[in-house]
Amino acid sequence: MEGPTVQLVVTCLVDALAPQVGRATVTVLTRAGCQVEFPEGQTCCGQPAFNVGMLTEARRMAGHTLDLLDVTQGTVVVPSGSCADMMTRHYAELFAGTDREQQAERVGSRVRELSQFLVDDLDTDLKGSCDGCTVAYHHSCHGLRGLGLGHQAEQLLSEVEMAELEGAKDCCGFGGVFAIEMPAVSAAIMNEKLDRIEASGADTLVGGDVSCLIHLEGGLRRRNSKISVKHLAEILAGDDS
Amino acid sequence: MTSQPVTFLGRAEALLGTREAVSVNQGMLHLTEMRDTAVAAFPLMDAMRDRARVIRLHALANLDRLLSHFADQVIELGGQVHFAADAEEANEIIARILEETGSHLVVKSKSMVSEEIHLNPYLEARGFEVVETDLGEFIVQLAGDTPSHIIAPTIHLDRYDIGTLFAQKLGVQETSDPIQLNQIAREHLREIFLRADAGISGVNIAVAESGSVITVTNEGNGRLVTTAPRVHIALLGMERIVSRWEDASVILEVLARSATGQRLSSYTNVVTGPRREGDEDGPQQLHVVVLDNGRSEILGSDTAEILACIRCGACLNVCPVFRTVGGHAYGTVYSGPVGSIVTPGLLGMEPWWELPYASTLCGACEEVCPIRIQIPSMLLKLRARAAAEGRLPGWLERGMRRYANTVHTPSKWERAKRLAHSVTGPISRDGWIRRLPGRGRGWTAYRDFPRPARESFSAWWRSNRGT
Repeated sequence: MEGPTVQLVVTCLVDALAPQVGRATVTVLTRAGCQVEFPEGQTCCGQPAFNVGMLTEARRMAGHTLDLLDVTQGTVVVPSGSCADMMTRHYAELFAGTDREQQAERVGSRVRELSQFLVDDLDTDLKGSCDGCTVAYHHSCHGLRGLGLGHQAEQLLSEVEMAELEGAKDCCGFGGVFAIEMPAVSAAIMNEKLDRIEASGADTLVGGDVSCLIHLEGGLRRRNSKISVKHLAEILAGDDS
Repeated sequence: MTSQPVTFLGRAEALLGTREAVSVNQGMLHLTEMRDTAVAAFPLMDAMRDRARVIRLHALANLDRLLSHFADQVIELGGQVHFAADAEEANEIIARILEETGSHLVVKSKSMVSEEIHLNPYLEARGFEVVETDLGEFIVQLAGDTPSHIIAPTIHLDRYDIGTLFAQKLGVQETSDPIQLNQIAREHLREIFLRADAGISGVNIAVAESGSVITVTNEGNGRLVTTAPRVHIALLGMERIVSRWEDASVILEVLARSATGQRLSSYTNVVTGPRREGDEDGPQQLHVVVLDNGRSEILGSDTAEILACIRCGACLNVCPVFRTVGGHAYGTVYSGPVGSIVTPGLLGMEPWWELPYASTLCGACEEVCPIRIQIPSMLLKLRARAAAEGRLPGWLERGMRRYANTVHTPSKWERAKRLAHSVTGPISRDGWIRRLPGRGRGWTAYRDFPRPARESFSAWWRSNRGT
């Protein structure tokens, strides 16, 4: 039986900084029975400009993404809660009252974050595995509060040994441009998070957003920590990624 | 006090890792836990929040009518109502009332609005003696400090700080025992209450239908301030009003739970007019000073919803930025997420436009707000206003414009990724960068940055999966 065709949007960060997460996402979606298509020419959803308030630039970037996706069919799957939140909730707001209003709603309504798509839409029985590791899961804020994610990842990781992480739903301090504008504050929030991750006894940190993960991994490396960091897609893909 | 750094970041950096910041963080974790426990024990909380939101938005939409009805009721009860357009006018009105009533010694219960208009220094300069009677505010006043949290003004101090302060300022034996510290303050203040000529209070909720002002406290000082002296002056931010008692009761249900995890504050004090014939106590005169001070302007803007705030402080308690640096970093009386929206509205975008950027946009504030105020969305609106007004630092504006240009054209993006990989070769080891140049230095001062990949995902797709 032919599974659904999905359009993969990997996000600018995965594309440039963490391509292995994109490859793992392809593996997982294929294993879940999907025909994966990758709309070429995709770049950035525009969230960085939107979040600093530069709406003209945000509209240029988002407009490019909309044009690219509007000519495709099927669900748009994004391995990032933050970018999916931007596309599903904020595109409509960004283009309200403009020529692109309907396009933003049309495309936005097709967008799903990876774990959301696998669990809520496909009702997958895929389970992540991580032999011999103890995992702490970081719930990224935009997925958690913007899209109501959380239980999907927990279901996908139900066969993995999980560490109990204090303040698991607290922000890690990344905040996009905030991390560069106010680096000392961002790092202080991060360090509280890293203290808790280290105290949890986990040897692997998993999350659904490369943005938070590179911030946290960068911080763990600075501490010479042995904790390894993986995207949920990599855990789901296992050794095939 | 020594002069403060002029930017949020400057003040925040000076506070990071200090004892003050540690005290704030512990206090916030405690208050958050109390709030969560109280909310979990109250199945109606979500429904009450929905209701409270409707009530507050309705009040804002009908503010003129409610204020006018409220004023009529207060006057009918024998009180007086004064409308103040700005801080200066409010201060003048209050000083005039004190002069006309021959008052010298003034006791105050907690009022953030009085902090907003800098009432104490104004009155002191005019020769009045002003004593704060909320324990936290009393400590702040003794220390010559400013409140660091809207409901927990001394959360940045610990009991040892307070013990030392009391010994220095009140000439008592130094102690760090909270019960003894409390007793010292009580004894000191009790005598002042008895001598005070006038009492100044804030208002948590004004009720239009009856002309009542409600103050909630945990110490009972509010009740003494509003009943013992001859004159009571209630200072009301003009948005803090509801139509009916039924509405006020809903606000009370969510206020204390969100603020401190209490079902109700220890004292819910209602003042409906001055002393009437036959009353055994209460002030001879009641004055309500209704303050605008920029609120009308906010009401007409895209951040009007922030005026629905009931000042519970829950958004401060859960904010990762507030918890890390504390209220003093915000530079004004209203701090945290709500302050970052209120302050630029009340005091103007310059220099306060930067406050909306003091946020990771994590959304924890909106999640706990008893009025479900869309705080992150308003932070974004203020950011858009700041950017449109050309206030962003040049590096950020130029950098973002360049990035937008690059990603708008896929071929430029492809080139940029390849270039980013090749130029970072000499500064990378094991795929990570320890020191970035330019603005990236801020990132790598605290964390490594991943080296851009040799083969981007899209390049991999083209070689392996592309058609």
